[in-house]
Amino acid sequence: MNKYFSILNNNLFSLARKDEVLITNFSGESSQFIRFNNAKIRQTGIVDDINFSITLISNNRKCSVSMTLKGLELDDKMLIESYLNKLREDIKNIPEDPFVVLPNFTNSTNEKYKGDLLNFENAADHLTPVMKGVDLTGIWASGKIFLGNANSLGLEHWFETETFSLDYSLINPSRKMVKACYAGTNWDQGNYEKYIIDSKKKLQLMDKDPVSIKPGEYRTYIEPMGVSDLIDMFSWGGVSEASIQQGDSSLIKLKNLEKKLSPCFSLMEDFSNGTVPRFNGMGEIAPEKLPLIVAGSLKNTLVSTRTEKEYNVKSNFASSDEGLRSPIMSTGDLKEEEILSKIDKGVYLSNLHYLNWSDKIGGRVTGMTRYACFWVENGEIVSPIENMRFDDTIYNIFGNNLEDSTNQLHLIPNVGTYDGRNSGGIYCPGIMLSKFSLTL
Amino acid sequence: MNNIDLQKALKKIGVSADWIGLREVQETSTYRIIRDGNPESNSINLDYGIMVEVLVDGQFGYYGTHKLDYDSIMNAAQKACDVAKNASKYSIHSYTDSVRPKAVGKYDSPYEVKNYDLGQLTDLLLKSNKSLKSNDKIVTATSMARIVDMNMKYVCSNGSDLEQNFLYVGPGFRAIAQDGNIIQSRSYTDQCQQTGMEAFNEDFVMQKCESICKEAIELLDADECPTEQMDLVLHSDQMLLQIHESIGHALEVDRILGDERNYAGWSFVNLEDFGKLRYGSDLMNITFDPTIKEEFASYGFDDTGNKANKEFIIKEGILQRGLGGLESQERANIEGVANVRACSWNRAPIDRMANLNLEPGDSSFDEMISSVKKGIFMQTNRSWSIDDFRNKFQFGCEYAQLIEDGKITKTVKNPNYRAISTPFWNSLKKVGNMDTFGVYGTPYCGKGEPNQSVRVGHAAPICVFNDIDIFGGA
Repeated sequence: MNKYFSILNNNLFSLARKDEVLITNFSGESSQFIRFNNAKIRQTGIVDDINFSITLISNNRKCSVSMTLKGLELDDKMLIESYLNKLREDIKNIPEDPFVVLPNFTNSTNEKYKGDLLNFENAADHLTPVMKGVDLTGIWASGKIFLGNANSLGLEHWFETETFSLDYSLINPSRKMVKACYAGTNWDQGNYEKYIIDSKKKLQLMDKDPVSIKPGEYRTYIEPMGVSDLIDMFSWGGVSEASIQQGDSSLIKLKNLEKKLSPCFSLMEDFSNGTVPRFNGMGEIAPEKLPLIVAGSLKNTLVSTRTEKEYNVKSNFASSDEGLRSPIMSTGDLKEEEILSKIDKGVYLSNLHYLNWSDKIGGRVTGMTRYACFWVENGEIVSPIENMRFDDTIYNIFGNNLEDSTNQLHLIPNVGTYDGRNSGGIYCPGIMLSKFSLTL
Repeated sequence: MNNIDLQKALKKIGVSADWIGLREVQETSTYRIIRDGNPESNSINLDYGIMVEVLVDGQFGYYGTHKLDYDSIMNAAQKACDVAKNASKYSIHSYTDSVRPKAVGKYDSPYEVKNYDLGQLTDLLLKSNKSLKSNDKIVTATSMARIVDMNMKYVCSNGSDLEQNFLYVGPGFRAIAQDGNIIQSRSYTDQCQQTGMEAFNEDFVMQKCESICKEAIELLDADECPTEQMDLVLHSDQMLLQIHESIGHALEVDRILGDERNYAGWSFVNLEDFGKLRYGSDLMNITFDPTIKEEFASYGFDDTGNKANKEFIIKEGILQRGLGGLESQERANIEGVANVRACSWNRAPIDRMANLNLEPGDSSFDEMISSVKKGIFMQTNRSWSIDDFRNKFQFGCEYAQLIEDGKITKTVKNPNYRAISTPFWNSLKKVGNMDTFGVYGTPYCGKGEPNQSVRVGHAAPICVFNDIDIFGGA
């Protein structure tokens, strides 16, 4: 695919006129999906997809088109050329954009990560037998994903990786569940089977009768998977400089020093693990590490080059939506084996669900508890709890009420597949809160 | 560039399968966005491919391919057969081709004007944006046009031959107002309908922008929404979300059967509840209705070829049937509807809610307001969250007005409410008449593994709910 991308670029860029800059982006996958319910197969299939986009910049105007390619060179070249001509017509009717930016000159990059994956034809035979005896529901996704970026000034980036994941829930007869995800790049049958057997054991914790707890504030521990959902909210009206400037961010009060976060809380972008490409849709390379929140203070926001031009804040080559791409949260001192004793009396939450800002400007976020969540007394798990709604602010969760974080980072892989299979994930620890507001 | 002849492609496929289907989807989406007087996005997206589905030994297998030549389609069919055969040893249910009925027909969504002049559209967006930003306290103003043209063709080895054409056009506007550290926003986020460029009627657009700007400014000086139990009056543009989250997803039969337990979630509804469960008050009549011509998810057939008809889902408060297509109906042994849909060519179809509506009642708006001693009238969703069993929800709106002794008295900001689904619907005490009926929808209903975002429509009148837990902002 890398070669095909180069062929299409060479053809397209040879058509660029003197007053035109062309940027291309390429994304696609060859993936297998198997959907499980009750340890049996509900749906199975394969998806082959390539998307190619062209951005035309000319005379301070910009427009773009993206298209599914057929994978047939002659047809694709004709399709691309016809849409270039369409863009040239459209751009005449588009007003000048005072904040249009041209690509910066950077070195080209090329990263390819080869995996050792199951064959599509018999993957079910490797995955299914060990599930026997438990109600397992989830999704197997496996295969190659690739991303490319190039421009008519001579740049070309390429990133491809081969990965797999089995993201699943185990469910007991009382409708209580635990969540797990087995993900990687090199398949190991023995390791996989051990992982499934271990998670079956975790489900046994849910066999006790659940208790209902009343709305109120509780001493609370949240596992890394739950914390990753909270960190994800920083990408949705959070660390984006444009959203702060435009009055649409939960961090405006932090930026204005009206509120503060805990000295125990730091968050950074760190691309050194190589799970996602460092280049963005403009071909710009993000710094390998960029501290965003350091010991509770906002040090940097994510700034795209367009935002730099509009608001005069230096770009750090963020993506156009200025969301987190490779976030890592700081660890603390809490040892994982001491979590229950540190809770003493309160709740232990493994997962959160369906988060949304209930007051974005106030930094208040609501959502539900989900999966393995327990009532704890005298430092021991008493029983699972019925799911509860929470509604609390990030200024409490990562601020006043954050007592400590665990001393180990966990990678929570990004298994989303809305616009193709995602890569990367969020590295974060668990967090201990002196109180957390459960409301319904 | 040659387009594929689907019938020819179907004939060329030589695999051994009990049923073969080809679904070709071509969708062109155009977005034009003006923010603060400058163009922010001018983009076109062309999504085009074919879903090859086969049935082998009782198991469906699929291969979604972007490679649109006959050899690639034949290869896709072979690989779909291979994975289906492998999976058939572990199938959750053994199907026959009865869940892919023969269907022949055509559907065209309604519109008056399809073509447009980009220069004129851009001028209207610029003019609307100026109107949105006509007050110094508006810090951000956004005007948006979305134009989606979709064509779907479907042929099968059982003789099915369908074509469905959809045009979705919508303007959207938003203004963010700021005064010191107080920030509020007001929007009209595209009503989401099957329509043409007539949606960009200039008088309509300018009137919307004027009221958005005015109400965003009004919210800056508004009191905080109080925290107490009171009657809740919901505008149709919030009823859309209320129906979607606390009825629609709960009644999707694939959820009830557990397919979604690892992602979107399960349901508090059980299969035994159909025909018995009192979901809401006697005033509650919910229909699956793909026949309202402008509604977002109207269609002639679902993506398995099942013909779509209007059905009562909840009648006078009692649950009647589920939102499940033929596969789910066979697995669950209950009645359902024609609602198996995929977001595009690269996803297999699953149960979706399509158009799910609350039928109008007989109360006028004035009668509803005057019936409320202490209450609040909320409009336009801004926050939504519900648990994985679809019980405990919390929703917030952009704009609200207090009702005291039967009269609207003052505007309040940051309105939120929370409740549990069936007690909430049992508190439904007034249903507005046809004059209060609004047809809305959303293009972003997320569900499925792999994930799929589809268009859904929700039409409803304004409604009154008794004694709901209301509260304000942070």
